Amino acid sequence: MNEKTDTPLIEFSDVTKRFGILTVLDQFNFSVAKGEKVTLIGPSGSGKSTVLRILMTLEPFQEGRLTLDGTSYHEPGGRGRFQASERHLRQIRNHVGMVFQSFNLFPHMTVLRNVVEAPVRVLGMQREEAEVRAIELLQMVGLADKKDQYPAQLSGGQQQRVAIARALAMRPQVLLFDEPTSALDPQLVGEVLSVIRGLAHEHDLTMLLVTHEMRFAREVSDRVCFFDKGRICEQGAPEAILGAPKHERTREFLSSILG
Amino acid sequence: MDWSAYLPMILQGAGVTMTITLASIVVGALLAFAFGILRVEGGPVLSTIALCYTEVFRGTSLLVQLFWFYYALPLVGLSFEPVTTGILVLAAHVGGYGAEIVRGALSSVSTQQLEAARALNFDRFQTLFRVSLPQAVVEMMPAFGNLAIETLKLSSLVSLISIADLTFTAQSIRNLTLDSASIYSITLLCYFAMSLVLMIAIRIIEHVVRRGDVFPRSAHS
Repeated sequence: MNEKTDTPLIEFSDVTKRFGILTVLDQFNFSVAKGEKVTLIGPSGSGKSTVLRILMTLEPFQEGRLTLDGTSYHEPGGRGRFQASERHLRQIRNHVGMVFQSFNLFPHMTVLRNVVEAPVRVLGMQREEAEVRAIELLQMVGLADKKDQYPAQLSGGQQQRVAIARALAMRPQVLLFDEPTSALDPQLVGEVLSVIRGLAHEHDLTMLLVTHEMRFAREVSDRVCFFDKGRICEQGAPEAILGAPKHERTREFLSSILG
Repeated sequence: MDWSAYLPMILQGAGVTMTITLASIVVGALLAFAFGILRVEGGPVLSTIALCYTEVFRGTSLLVQLFWFYYALPLVGLSFEPVTTGILVLAAHVGGYGAEIVRGALSSVSTQQLEAARALNFDRFQTLFRVSLPQAVVEMMPAFGNLAIETLKLSSLVSLISIADLTFTAQSIRNLTLDSASIYSITLLCYFAMSLVLMIAIRIIEHVVRRGDVFPRSAHS
């Protein structure tokens, strides 16, 4: 690990991402320091979720350069949509975890197996060891008593907390949250936010969060980035962006979602 | 007419029908999984081979396939026992239709599940065997149930390559007694009884695959 904080952990340089003729990210530049907690806000279609999906290697990008801890996503001479071998992508994925809007727990596995499966299969951890750790993580999200239930037996908020435990079980350096509370009933949002808030104190964990919960963004993030049309239009400390936005577009957006 | 004399024959014929049906379902299911998985995961060459297999066996007459394997194949020096031929051809038929069922069920696993697997860094095989297939198998069960019953009924065609199955036995008895009404009624009842047994077996398997309440319908949120 690189300990110098001035070298970014994540760095997008002039990244362009297109879906067909639609340009989602347009010569996009963005860097995140190790341990930083960054919130991405902006209108839908502005590219913020795409940033997370590219980082998780769920989406390829066409131009520019993206590095994670100095390792480029594109391999020299790499082929295919991702311009990299599956082996290379799996090495990158080892350091990145993701929490999805729709939780995406495995419906055929118990809560415990959802959390244990990847550490055992992918990291080669002993099952007993993985289970001890999984139960610790489930305790952290307040769901150790649900370990033998199936996802469909849990509420949305509980499922999302399991999904967070599942992502953490892989010990990622970077954890991505893609609108983690958008699919939840309003009364269930709080329990998920409080788990994420707890993680915000983890010094080493780098977090990128796409959310519409502005008050929450202000509490947990070191930096807020406002996206518009595939670029970051304005970024800075949460108080500055959310309290006194400079750009007209940011002001419009904030007033539209704050009603 | 004294049916007690013919009852052992009928039971024996039904036994042959059941054996051929079950054997071809088991072998056919293996083929279905192998080719269905290749259709989805096999890459360009293997998936094309799997596609050709399914289309050939779905697109030609089962009876002609039986004749071809029974009469034509020996001409190039390959001959099997009639029962083996019957099982192989029926199994290939089950495999062809079943591969489509497997392919369809695998494709119906949501992208979100595959993305979750990728985010957890599962490799292709782990994703297939730990995430996709366990969910897809549940989807396949009703269609495989239909296919199993279909196979039982289609198995009567093997009587035409001189296998003494239920239909063949019924024909023989009819030729002896000339009592078409009775013998064919009894034969229909036998097929119906066997398909009932199959249906019950399928329900039990389906229940096991669902593991009771793995996918409960009453999800609350």
